[in-house]
Amino acid sequence: MSESLATARDLTVRFRTHDSTIHAVNGVDFDVHPREVLCILGESGSGKSVTLRSLMRLNPPAITQMLGTLRVDGHDIMTASEQALEEIRGPVVAMIPQEPMTSLDPVFTIGQQITEAILRHERVRRREASRRALELLDLVQIPSAARRLASYPHELSGGLRQRAMIAIALACRPKLLLADEPTTALDATVQIQILLLLRNLQQELGMGMIFVTHDLGVAGEIADRIAVMYAGRIVEEGPVDAVMGSPLHPYSCGLLGATVHEGLRGTMLTTIPGAPPDLRKLPEGCAFAPRCTYTEPRCLEAVPELRTGMEGRVARCVRLVDHRGDASSSTTTRAA
Amino acid sequence: MILYILRRVLYAIPIALAVSLICFMLVHIAPGDPINAIVPPDAPKVVVDQMRKDYGLDRPLPIQFGLWLSRVVQGDLGRSIANRRSVAADLMAAAGKTLVLAFSAAALGFAFGCVFGGTSAMFHGTWIDRTLVGIAIAGVSVPHYWLGMVLVIIFSVMLNLLPSIGAGPGDWAWDWVHIQHLVLPAVTLSVIPAGLVTRTVRGAVIEILNQDFVMTLRGKGLSRLRIYYHVAKNVAPVALAVMGLQLGYLMGGSILVETVFSWPGTGMMLNQAIFQRDLPVLQGTTLVLAMFFVVLNLVVDLIQTALDPRMRRR
Repeated sequence: MSESLATARDLTVRFRTHDSTIHAVNGVDFDVHPREVLCILGESGSGKSVTLRSLMRLNPPAITQMLGTLRVDGHDIMTASEQALEEIRGPVVAMIPQEPMTSLDPVFTIGQQITEAILRHERVRRREASRRALELLDLVQIPSAARRLASYPHELSGGLRQRAMIAIALACRPKLLLADEPTTALDATVQIQILLLLRNLQQELGMGMIFVTHDLGVAGEIADRIAVMYAGRIVEEGPVDAVMGSPLHPYSCGLLGATVHEGLRGTMLTTIPGAPPDLRKLPEGCAFAPRCTYTEPRCLEAVPELRTGMEGRVARCVRLVDHRGDASSSTTTRAA
Repeated sequence: MILYILRRVLYAIPIALAVSLICFMLVHIAPGDPINAIVPPDAPKVVVDQMRKDYGLDRPLPIQFGLWLSRVVQGDLGRSIANRRSVAADLMAAAGKTLVLAFSAAALGFAFGCVFGGTSAMFHGTWIDRTLVGIAIAGVSVPHYWLGMVLVIIFSVMLNLLPSIGAGPGDWAWDWVHIQHLVLPAVTLSVIPAGLVTRTVRGAVIEILNQDFVMTLRGKGLSRLRIYYHVAKNVAPVALAVMGLQLGYLMGGSILVETVFSWPGTGMMLNQAIFQRDLPVLQGTTLVLAMFFVVLNLVVDLIQTALDPRMRRR
C-alpha cells in the first residue's frame, strides 16, 4: 500500500452568512494515492466543488469555516499560513476550473498567465519561463503554440481556453491535479478530447488527480475510484467498475438509472423523485431518505455510518450488510 | 491603428461644425443686443447702426455664420466686442490657465478616487467601506461654488494660509508663488470627480474580485500584491473612461469655480462674455472647449484600447 498523496478526515466546510449557515461538506473522508484518479460524483450542490477547493483552501476566507484534517503531500492544509499556502498552490496542488470562459484574466496574454505562475515558484529567467510556457502549450496540444502565447483569452475558443487552463495548472508540475468539472462547459466533441488529454497527461506526468463531475459517463472514462457525494457526504465509494456495475447505495442506483449508457436501448430512463435537501438545515437522519424508495424508520433516526462492503467498497446505507461487521471502522484507505 | 486615429480626428470636424452652429444660434435666439452692451444708452441711432454694420451684425444670420466660419478655419476667431482684443490670443492664455487648473483637479480627484475606491472595495461591507462611500456621496453632492467659498473662509480669511483670488503674477509657472493660488480652486474642483471615481473604482474592483479568474490567480499561488496588480489592470479602463469625461467637464464646467476664485481661465472668460453679449468671445471659447472634449475622448479611447485587448477591434 503506497503512501497517500492527499488525505481528508472528517472534512467539514460551512459557509456562514448573516442569516444562515450552509452546511456544504459534512464529514468527508478520502485518500488519493500517487498516480490515482479519484472521481467525485454528485449533483449540483452536493459539495463536490467545495471539497475540491478546500484542498487548496480557495473557498472565500471571510465566510468559510473548515474543520477536520486535510493533508496534501505532507502539508497540513488546515493550519498552513497564507504564505505557506501560496507556496503549495501550483507546485504541489493545482486546479483546473469549471468555466474556461471566465477563469482567465481577460487583459493578460495566455503566455503572461502561464509564465507568471512559473516565475512565482521557480528561480528561472523570464526567457526560460517563456520557453517552458511554449512547451506547455505543445503539451496540451494547442496548435500554433508560439502564436497562441501572445493571444488574449477572448481570441481563443472554449476548448482552447480549457487547454490553456490545463497548461497553467501544469506549469509548476503539481503532484496533485484537481479538476472541477473541466468538461462541463464544453461541446460534446471537445469534451472527449479534453478528457483524453487529461487522462494521458495524468499518466504521463504521474500525477494524482481528483476529478469532480456530475457526468457518470465522464467518471467511467477517467476514474480509478469513484466517490459519490450527496448533501455534503460521501454516500458510496469504491473501484470504478464495481460502483458503475453494481451500486450499493440507492442514490448511486438512482444516478445510474437516470443516465444513458450502453445496453439500455429501448428502456425508459428512471428519475430520482424529489429534490436535494436544503443545506441550511439538513435532516437528522440519512439525507437521501426523503427521496429513497427503501426508507425505513431507522433511516430517519441518525446519519448512517459508512459500511464496508465487498472488494473494499463502502456505502452509507443501513441496508448494506457490513462485511467487516464493524460499522465504526470507516476508514477508506486501500490500494487502487 | 493610425487609420483609426485618423478616422476619429475626421469625426471631430462635423462635431465642431454642429457645436459652432448650435452655439451661434443660441446666442442669437437669446434676448439682448451686443451693441447695447457697449454703446451708451443715449447714443444716437446713426452711431448704433454704424457699429452694427462694422461688426457685420446687420447681415443675414447664415452669412454671418459663413463669414465667421471662413475666418475660424484660418485661425482667426475675431476680436472681442467688449475690449477689441484678439479672441484667439486671449483664449490661448486663458485655456493655458484652465488646463493647469483642470489637470491638477483631475489628478487630485483621480488619485483620491482610486485610493478611496480601492480601499473601500478591499474592506467591502465593513465600517471602512461605509465611511468612504459616505464621503464619496457627500463629495458628489456638495455644490462646488459653495465648497469654494467655505474653503476661502477657512484657509484665506480665518487661517490666512492661502490666497483666494487670481492665478499669481504674470505667466504660469510651477513654483510656490503660483501653486499657492492653485491649491484652493484645484481642491474645490477635485471633489466631485474624486467622489465619482471612488464609486466607480469601488464597484469595478468588487466586481472583478468576484470573477472566476481571481480564484485561478490565487490557485497559482500568486501573492496578494500580484493579484491586486491584475485587478488594477482590469479596472483601469473603466476608471480612465470616467476620469476622461470628468476632465472634459472640468475644462468646461469650471465656470463657477473660476468665478469664485477669479481664476483667469476660459470659464471666467465665458462668464464675462455671456454677461457682455460678447459674441466672438462666446463662440470662440465654446468651440475651443468643444474641440477639447473631442480630443479628450479620443485620448481616453486610445488609452483604453491600449489597456484592454478586447477593445482592439477594427
